Amino acid sequence: MFNIISYDERIKNFDWSISEKELDYQPGNVINIGWYCSDRICELGKADKPALIWEGSQGQEKRYTYNELRLTSNGVGQFLRNLGIQPEDRVCLFMDKIPELYIGFLGVLKIGAIVQPLFSAFGDESLIVRLDNAQTTAIITQRKHAPKVMKIIDKMPYLKHIIIVDADPSKPLGERQVAFDMDNAVKPDNFEIHPTKAESPSVLHYTSGTTGQPKGVKHVHYSLISQYLTAKWVLDLKDSDIYWCTADPGWVTGTSYGIIGAFSNGVTQCVLDSGFSAENWYRFIEKHRISMWYSAPTAIRSLMKAGDEVIKKFDLSSLRHLASVGEPLNSEAVIWSEKVFGKAFLDTYWQTETGSIMISNYPGMKIKPGSMGKPFPGITATVLDADTYEPFDGPGRIGLIAIKPGWPSMMRTYWRNEETYNKKFRNGWYLPGDRSSIDPEGYFWFVGRDDDVINTGGHLVSPFEVESALLEHPAVAESAVVSKPDFVNMEVVKAFVTLKPGFVGSKDLDLEIMNFVRKKLSPLAMPQEIEFIDNLPKTRSGKIMRRILHAKEWGEEIGDTSTLEND
Amino acid sequence: MEDMKEIIRTYVVNEYVEDDSEVTFDTPLISGGIVDSFSMVSLKRFLENKYKISIPDDKATPEAFDSVNKICTLVLEFTK
Repeated sequence: MFNIISYDERIKNFDWSISEKELDYQPGNVINIGWYCSDRICELGKADKPALIWEGSQGQEKRYTYNELRLTSNGVGQFLRNLGIQPEDRVCLFMDKIPELYIGFLGVLKIGAIVQPLFSAFGDESLIVRLDNAQTTAIITQRKHAPKVMKIIDKMPYLKHIIIVDADPSKPLGERQVAFDMDNAVKPDNFEIHPTKAESPSVLHYTSGTTGQPKGVKHVHYSLISQYLTAKWVLDLKDSDIYWCTADPGWVTGTSYGIIGAFSNGVTQCVLDSGFSAENWYRFIEKHRISMWYSAPTAIRSLMKAGDEVIKKFDLSSLRHLASVGEPLNSEAVIWSEKVFGKAFLDTYWQTETGSIMISNYPGMKIKPGSMGKPFPGITATVLDADTYEPFDGPGRIGLIAIKPGWPSMMRTYWRNEETYNKKFRNGWYLPGDRSSIDPEGYFWFVGRDDDVINTGGHLVSPFEVESALLEHPAVAESAVVSKPDFVNMEVVKAFVTLKPGFVGSKDLDLEIMNFVRKKLSPLAMPQEIEFIDNLPKTRSGKIMRRILHAKEWGEEIGDTSTLEND
Repeated sequence: MEDMKEIIRTYVVNEYVEDDSEVTFDTPLISGGIVDSFSMVSLKRFLENKYKISIPDDKATPEAFDSVNKICTLVLEFTK
């Protein structure tokens, strides 16, 4: 029996109060995600249950029960309070997938501060843009990542504390640095949790758009209501499950379902802090008897690429439920997973702004491989005509995915960018920026983005950010960045570049520019291919026509070129 | 071979290591999180440029790139 029991029955009389009641929450009460994910589970009698089983790249292991999760996150809260961190201050987590990241997340929330997770592979440019926008007060990081922070410290007068979780006691700390050994810190049994309410800000995740700087997506503690129930009904999390969410908490899946959804449901979750290798992943599943696995199409396609033979070396019989997120899951991957694991990966669709799963395939529901599935109960979703912003009359037509606002985990705004936030709504609908169609049975079928944002391996990359970084390289005169198809990552970044006089395109220059962008922004944003060209296609008014370059990469019709300058 | 190992090790340290972590010829690069799957593309490009070879995509696996020693074995396969 699945938690959702029956999708068709659930959608008939759905109300979010179902989730509120299960969490013993009543409107107006205090609601604090940090408490719900640790203290409450202990109060439910699961204090000694393993909450987090972590494995590092060298095979080292750490385990935390729910009581240890509670106490250690209390310790984080106390330490931050003693530093003078106030409610609603922004505290950035800039770490690999180590236990301190997961526990630190809860500790920050417990004192009512806003947690700002950032992907640890971000370069200094990506880092400063996001810290500057958030005016971050403190950053919790590791020794290995501290140099990137120290490089930009002079530009961040508001950043008061750089908290190092693995400081080397034999070496002096740098400017504004403070050491904090989470495991060995004072862990108060009675800790006064900040009485956050439903609309108190909780998490600030950054996401990329087509133009402008990355946007800080503000979530609130009430998001728990969506995250708890979607984790329970879609991921089918049960008390006996050993759960593995492969996402990094630098991104929203890693927090909504790698922390909040998992711990609020009281399951045991495993974390593997190691680079990808098919053999290592299968070994991890076998060793920990993973039963629920939430991963991403990029990883699934990488596993497909590694072949079926390697799977036979491992006992993966513990797997009972699989789901996927990040980008559309192609039908081949669904069929492959059914063949090799005996279970289909169920695709789930949502994004940073929605905070929780919006459209999905559900346990027990008929799966159409390649489809996004149907809206979660309580979610009203449709497809709009891109010209009128009105829903289509019948099925089958491609338009803009649109969702009626009002679910608990909906973003509340873009941080210090209300104008861009308001542009996400048309005719009372929230527009995620994706296109799809709906078939006669109500299944959504993904078509693509409605803008130039590149979805590479499930992560959004702004062409504007990459182009801006490219222009900082001394050899680059102009640049245009588009996506190109890729088997594993669906899309990767490709850059077209014109060079300044005196520079000649070469393989060495190509590599130099790739590394330049990688270090400045992140490995995700690094162009996987650079093409040196004499001129970029532009309109007569001088605007670069990315769509021509995009069409070329994807083998599509170029379309109207009447405005092309050098036609 | 020793020269090649040192050249590749130095390149990895200079390009992918942020702090003073030690990288030996056997340090796990991909599974150890020093080089991620996206950055592997730039490491592959470096090897191709430096040794004037072409490494097919199906040979550029995380396993084959997981240490300096393994990378050298891969490069030698294509320089013969």
